[in-house]
Amino acid sequence: MRRTLLRPWKILFALAMTVALSGCRYEVLFPSGWVAAQERNLLVISTVIMLIVVIPVVVMAVYFPWKYRSSRQDKTDYDPEFTHSNKIEVVVWGVPILIVIALGIFTAIYTYRLDPYRPLDYAGLENKDTPIEVEAVSLDWKWLFIYPQYGVASVNELAIPVDHPINLRLSSSTVMNTFAVPALAGMVYSMPAMETKLHMIADKEGTFESRSGHYSGPGFSKMTFQTISMSEGDFKGWIQKAAASNAPLTRTSYLQLEKPTIAEPVHYYSSVEDNLFDRVVGLCVEPGKVCMSTMMMQDKQGGGGLAGIKNKPAYEYDDERAIDSFGNPINEGAEPTESHDQEELSSLEVQRGTHVN
Amino acid sequence: MTMIDTPLTGRVEGPAGPSHPADHAHGHDHGHHDSPTPLGFWIYLMSDCIIFGTLFATYAVLGYNYAGGPSPKDLFEPGFVLIETALLLISSVTFGVAMLRAEAGKLDGTSLWLIITAIFGAGFIAMELYEFRHLIHIGAGPDRSGFLSAFFTLVGTHGLHVTSGLIWLITLSVQLRIHGLTEANMRRLGTLSMFWHFLDLVWIGVFSFVYLVRLI
Amino acid sequence: MSTEVTHSPQETWSPLFGRLTLDWIPYHEPILVGTFAGVAIGGLIVLALMTYFRLWAPLWKNWVVSIDHKKIGIMYMVLGFIMFVRGFADAIMMRLQQALAAGGSEGYLPPHHFDQVFTAHGVIMIFFVAMAFITGIMNFVMPTQIGARDVAFPFLNNFAFWMTVAGALLVNISLFIGEFARVGWLAFPPLSGAAYSTGPGMDYYLWALQIAGIGTTLSGVNLLVTIFKMRAPGMKLFDMPVFTWTALCTNVLIVAAFPVLTVSLALLLLDRYVGTHFFTNDLGGNAMMYVNLIWIWGHPEVYILILPIFGVFSEVVATFSGKPLFGYKTMVWATMAIMVLSFIVWLHHFFTMGSGAAVNTFFGITTMIIAVPTGVKIFNWLFTMYKGNVRFEVPMLWTTGFIVTFVIGGMTGVLLAIPPVDFQLHNSLFLIAHFHNVIIGGVVFGVYAAVTYWWPKAFGFKLDDRIGKASFWFWFVGFYLAFMPLYALGLMGVTRRMQSYMDQAWQIYFVIALIGALCIFTGILLAFFNFFYSTINRKKLACGSDPWNARTLEWATQSPPAYYNFPEDVHVRGKDEFWRMKQEGFKWSGNYSPIHMPKNTATGVVLGAMALVFGFAMVWYIWWLAIISFVLMIGTVIAHTFNYNRDYYIPVSEIAEIESKGTVA
Repeated sequence: MRRTLLRPWKILFALAMTVALSGCRYEVLFPSGWVAAQERNLLVISTVIMLIVVIPVVVMAVYFPWKYRSSRQDKTDYDPEFTHSNKIEVVVWGVPILIVIALGIFTAIYTYRLDPYRPLDYAGLENKDTPIEVEAVSLDWKWLFIYPQYGVASVNELAIPVDHPINLRLSSSTVMNTFAVPALAGMVYSMPAMETKLHMIADKEGTFESRSGHYSGPGFSKMTFQTISMSEGDFKGWIQKAAASNAPLTRTSYLQLEKPTIAEPVHYYSSVEDNLFDRVVGLCVEPGKVCMSTMMMQDKQGGGGLAGIKNKPAYEYDDERAIDSFGNPINEGAEPTESHDQEELSSLEVQRGTHVN
Repeated sequence: MTMIDTPLTGRVEGPAGPSHPADHAHGHDHGHHDSPTPLGFWIYLMSDCIIFGTLFATYAVLGYNYAGGPSPKDLFEPGFVLIETALLLISSVTFGVAMLRAEAGKLDGTSLWLIITAIFGAGFIAMELYEFRHLIHIGAGPDRSGFLSAFFTLVGTHGLHVTSGLIWLITLSVQLRIHGLTEANMRRLGTLSMFWHFLDLVWIGVFSFVYLVRLI
Repeated sequence: MSTEVTHSPQETWSPLFGRLTLDWIPYHEPILVGTFAGVAIGGLIVLALMTYFRLWAPLWKNWVVSIDHKKIGIMYMVLGFIMFVRGFADAIMMRLQQALAAGGSEGYLPPHHFDQVFTAHGVIMIFFVAMAFITGIMNFVMPTQIGARDVAFPFLNNFAFWMTVAGALLVNISLFIGEFARVGWLAFPPLSGAAYSTGPGMDYYLWALQIAGIGTTLSGVNLLVTIFKMRAPGMKLFDMPVFTWTALCTNVLIVAAFPVLTVSLALLLLDRYVGTHFFTNDLGGNAMMYVNLIWIWGHPEVYILILPIFGVFSEVVATFSGKPLFGYKTMVWATMAIMVLSFIVWLHHFFTMGSGAAVNTFFGITTMIIAVPTGVKIFNWLFTMYKGNVRFEVPMLWTTGFIVTFVIGGMTGVLLAIPPVDFQLHNSLFLIAHFHNVIIGGVVFGVYAAVTYWWPKAFGFKLDDRIGKASFWFWFVGFYLAFMPLYALGLMGVTRRMQSYMDQAWQIYFVIALIGALCIFTGILLAFFNFFYSTINRKKLACGSDPWNARTLEWATQSPPAYYNFPEDVHVRGKDEFWRMKQEGFKWSGNYSPIHMPKNTATGVVLGAMALVFGFAMVWYIWWLAIISFVLMIGTVIAHTFNYNRDYYIPVSEIAEIESKGTVA
């Protein structure tokens, strides 16, 4: 029974090993950027430290039950009274505590070193003082990258010059996503009405598969993009290509872009309206909406009073996604909905509202 | 909650025998001191306390998000809330009196004070409903801002607890008339008393953190 | 193979049926129609057989309305195994989809279906499988371990069980009427809010968990009071078996953490039904608050699951090593340390949500600290075997498999607790591999160990040894095959919940994982076959009341125990009381007295049924039905309180008769 069982297992194991060794796809273990390399180093250090205790435990877990099996010949070492030992207690508490202290120290050092909220102190970096700023917005289901220093923007393609620190500011338009570039930096959440940050650096030129790592709806699996690190010259060329695209990113065109689409092709914007990213974070791209920062200021001073009650629409943002769960647009374009359906829809809104008013 | 369950003492009993009346009417020699009900109810109250704690935390986080709408200063009237609070506090005192009557074995007195308690409790609920209705009427309903969502939910949850307390109180009053001050009923009265005073305590928190602090 | 449907049903509302229309019946989805046909035919066969063998009355009388903690425990296990089949079917579907959908292929599940499958898998496995299992084991074992005759509040126990069933049924109804949520198992807003999750799926999720959550909280209160109040005379807290200790800590966690879940889900419900702004983007809502609240519950939850399992292994190791547990006091203190620490680590679930270095470092280190008491426990099990007399019965096999697997899972867990490393591994398949590593390697292996260990106590016969061992090996090998590739994929930066992917180099790993899942499937089938086979051969496998030569009080009862558990009060003098009793030549005195016991009641199942109707009505906005079922529920509770006649005394003659039939080892 056991034998027939082990054989396919062995074959599969061999297969797995060949797969594991073929090709260098372990981007986390063999990264292409300094930030990811630091993360990898810490991963390796911590694993090694923990193996100090993990390996003996695994050995003991197999050896002890075998050594003290009841079918053994010589049972003179059987000692049912052996239920306490101060020496062992000291070791089993002491060793894990020492390991946790060691891990804790490394954790603190690396966490502060890689903190996205302070500038990178990467001594070996020549272009330390000329970081590239990128504002990334996750939309339904695509990524928008704004380059405030160059006044261009791109969708689903993140171009960066090699060896430059990239300072990312991230936000989202509807729901949470994760900006994930395993080869260069790992991941960080992009969340609506909030701003997060991330650093990355590319040590070599290349194209790195990147995606959203946090489930966000029907288009999630295709919410991928490529991060392309290129030479300084190529990057200039890329910027020029974007600038020549003759498609300005204004508040109006952003609202157009914001509508849900799946697997949006790469395209560029030649210019970007001022403060667009701040408006995205503030949920006030749409005309007539009050920005979050304004709202907070107003609330700090006691809100809008009774007179402010009627201003509710200016603070409303979450509209039902104009897309159904199968990824079809609702109410626009594709399917002309009949008028009575519209009525029913709006009567439903009333239905929902009646609990309140 | 636990009033819907009969606790099990689980012990081998003395010579009481199978004809032993189930409501322990004359079973004072055993069972009572050893009943798990008070502890069970107390633990339930602790979990309820965490529910309120979480709602208080929610209010602390969202309580200043007016979204350009009204703030506590625009909405709350100190006098009104004070009367509301007084009603509930008095109901706690009257419940205490009812408990004293019950321990003295006076069924009629107990019933009377329970009814008085219920009237004060109902008055409290009526005032709260009036306040809610008024706020919703002027457009400051729970959908207007994060602050109002948190306010309605915290105060409303307390109100729901008081309402269920009232239903329990009425039910128990009827049961007192049927069975009298038996051991089982005394246990129920005791747990209801714990519940009622607990709600009072929670309200003091609500009064302080939701109303008082925000009005100064 | 792919489904024909490409559109969601229109949102309409009628007073009679709410928003439920025929369009919501997925008769156009072949997979669901097939499943429905299977379930319906299987169900009809079971119904027919039960009618033929006249099992309805006994089922009702002996099980459904029973307030016997042992029967409720067994019913929880049955619920757990049934839901396990459902959850595992979801797992196989996901594995198959990901094994197929590479390099531009869409596989056989469109996102609309795949997204429901992974949400349902998580929800079912945690809330209705793992929770049902551990509640079942605690219910069956803990009262007998402390020498009690039942739990403190027997009716509440029955009621809590039926609420859990109502929640489970609601999840399963969503399969055939409407849809389930597509949000991931913790339903982060704003995605789970009214604007971005239209349709009934998310509402099924919320009501199912709320209804089941009531059951869990009540059961937590109940078991806690049982431990504090119902211990046999003389049993001090530090005389309790370690399993009971872990049950104590777990129930403290349940009582302290589940209310937070209740509130977070209730606030989300309000957002969806009333239009409040707790977790919306606009009007002052704060989605991060949900993330914090849900993990303040969520982290203790994983310890709620694993602590009783630690208890199971402690009992198994001590019994089969022929030694008392090594370092009993350390074990207890380690358990309590874990209990407390589990509340101050929740933020490690979202290091990547923008908190600063100080916060991340703090929560990273607190998380690592938990590894210390956990490590101590593992050493204690190892040193219990040391100088022991280890019998390699099936439960011991699971225990060894657990220690080896869990240590690896613990190590990857600590890796994830290091914020900079988490920036790479969060949301990756490494994370998925990690928590399946601890949940399968820990909880599932522990449940199998527990089932094998206490099965003879519950039914009076052992499970077949060979089949049990085969099942273990399939599980063990299957686990490594299924999840080691996911660790590898995680290190390639592959993220979770992808319905399809472009990189074909990943495919082989997903195929291996699928083979692993099928291997596990064989292990599951073998386990079910073992239940069946051993029941057929129960005469041959019959064993006495103490087949393993165990140490704790549950083995002093008959197998299966009489409904009153112990014919006489046990007077406890220290740890491992039953071991001492056996040394002194244990026999009941035969000097019986009447025993005070509770009566069965149908109120629990009636309330559960009403809760189910209420939940269904709320999901579909059928307001009239919701109001009626809610009022009926309150009315039933009130009516129940008017019943004062709920207990009785077992006469001495009956005890004597049962005991004379019983087999006392």
